[in-house]
Amino acid sequence: MTSYLVRRAAQALVVMIGVLILTFILIHLVPGSAARAALGVRATSTRIAIFNTTYGLNKPLVAQFADYVGQLFHGNFGISYTTQQPVSTLVAQRLPGDVLLVGASTALAVLIAIPLGTYQAVKRGRLSDQLLDGVSFTLYSMPDFFVAFLLIALFSVQLHIFPPEAPQTQDVAGMLADPRALVLPVATLTLSNLAGFSRYMRSSAIDVLAEDFLRTARAKGLPERLVLSRHVVRNAALPVVTIVGLTFPNIIAGAVIAEAVFSYQGMGLLLYQAATSHDYPVLLGSTLVVGAATVVGSLAADVAYGVLDPRIRHGRG
Amino acid sequence: MAAGKWPTWAANHRVQAGIGVIAALAAFCYLGPLVYHTNQVTVNLNAATLPPGAGHPLGTDGDGYDVLGRLMVGGRSSLELGFAVAAATTVIGTLYGAIAGWAGGIVDAVMMRAIDTFLALPTLVLLLLLVTIFTPDLLSVILLLTALSWLGTARLVRGQILTLRTREYVQAAKTLGGGQWWIIRRHLVPNAFGVIIVSATFTIADAILMLSVLSFLGLGLPPPAADWGSMLTNGLDYLFDGYWWMVYPPAVILVITLIAFNLIGDATRDSLDVRLRQR
Repeated sequence: MTSYLVRRAAQALVVMIGVLILTFILIHLVPGSAARAALGVRATSTRIAIFNTTYGLNKPLVAQFADYVGQLFHGNFGISYTTQQPVSTLVAQRLPGDVLLVGASTALAVLIAIPLGTYQAVKRGRLSDQLLDGVSFTLYSMPDFFVAFLLIALFSVQLHIFPPEAPQTQDVAGMLADPRALVLPVATLTLSNLAGFSRYMRSSAIDVLAEDFLRTARAKGLPERLVLSRHVVRNAALPVVTIVGLTFPNIIAGAVIAEAVFSYQGMGLLLYQAATSHDYPVLLGSTLVVGAATVVGSLAADVAYGVLDPRIRHGRG
Repeated sequence: MAAGKWPTWAANHRVQAGIGVIAALAAFCYLGPLVYHTNQVTVNLNAATLPPGAGHPLGTDGDGYDVLGRLMVGGRSSLELGFAVAAATTVIGTLYGAIAGWAGGIVDAVMMRAIDTFLALPTLVLLLLLVTIFTPDLLSVILLLTALSWLGTARLVRGQILTLRTREYVQAAKTLGGGQWWIIRRHLVPNAFGVIIVSATFTIADAILMLSVLSFLGLGLPPPAADWGSMLTNGLDYLFDGYWWMVYPPAVILVITLIAFNLIGDATRDSLDVRLRQR
């Protein structure tokens, strides 16, 4: 297990360095140089030269990369072109809101997907399974932004139950103070993840239902309810942990959409606004944070899977 | 899917339904405009937001374009994008995956870490970055989506090749003195074909969906070009004014298309899974 952890962590580190190189290359792909992007097309060549010297953009690429990584280690992600605030401040303000949105909706999706998938596996092939399968297939094939608008049309416009806009604050306490405004963004992201998770849980449970230990459990007289809760759900839910880790980039993408629709003050909205205003430092800084979160997320999922399932003995096989 | 599994696959009801729907959609998009002539290039504000009725079976949108005719034109962009991305992705991903899986060792490790790097960044986030750098048109969106979607295919193919290369018949081919490329071409790729098809079908659906998301974020194809995603997005501006005909037709056709492709991919994957077939 330890050697597996070390190897897996080393892999994650290599990927993280790759992400750094990638964002660094992307900075240099910015059309007409970063100076032009920051100062505008009418900037004089003197001002551009000053900008390049100030930001070290006239040094060799390798030296620039070393500077870039050095700055990152000092928590310096650059300055936003539009708000003139440090990117690290912007990210630090927005990140907790995302932990709330992504965390709550992922947890909800898993909590609904596990019983739903198990139910479908037990009733597989029957009408109820086919109906639910149809629903999850349709949901899976729907653009997230359309799901969000349908929810708004129903719950905000028709029924006036929930507001169509997320709480307009960046701090989590403030968001939690207005829980009704959180419902639709969280519901959108939950639905967008639920379809994939429940389909996965269903096929995982079908596999477990064919296992010999279930016959043993039934043969010893264990009531069906306990067979399901103790044996099927526990064993079938394990792979779902891995799927959550693997789909992390998709969850983030869903968060960008949900945040753009409901103007939820998180990283997704920050990314989206940076993209539309060509604010490259913010765009690259938040891309880096998202990349790091993904690497850590999939590492955590792999490790959790190894810890939860004693049958997996990493490093020995 | 080896040659012998072809009849079972083609007889699968879900595959048939999916292919039927896609054929109907393609006919609608490519043959439809031959019989149903509409102006989809110049804006006509006098005819804007007309409800469905005579002359405009599905009404007109905010720019005065006939919605039914625009669904046909928009569908072309969506379908062409989906198929082009899937084709390019399949070629690149298969080659990359086959090389990594066949080479093994350090080459494989380096090639796979490169993929992990790109996969660590959500496609949408990378796309947001890239479309701000390049101005999108259909070709550049195809190139960008291809650049981001071949990674998954490469990973799947590599996994498949890794298991195939240990099979006896591959070992036999090697012993007989078969060249590397010959074995890859003759034995490995054909046997990994099923996995490749599954991933290609899902890629089509993902690419069409991603284009609609880009359109929604205002970073899609600029007008007068249209795709179902941009029609849906433009329509959403009018949804709460009661102009339902601008929202539901593109939404329904988009979702039906995605369901059809996902259905084929799903059914194909099931037909490849021996354990599922036995039950």
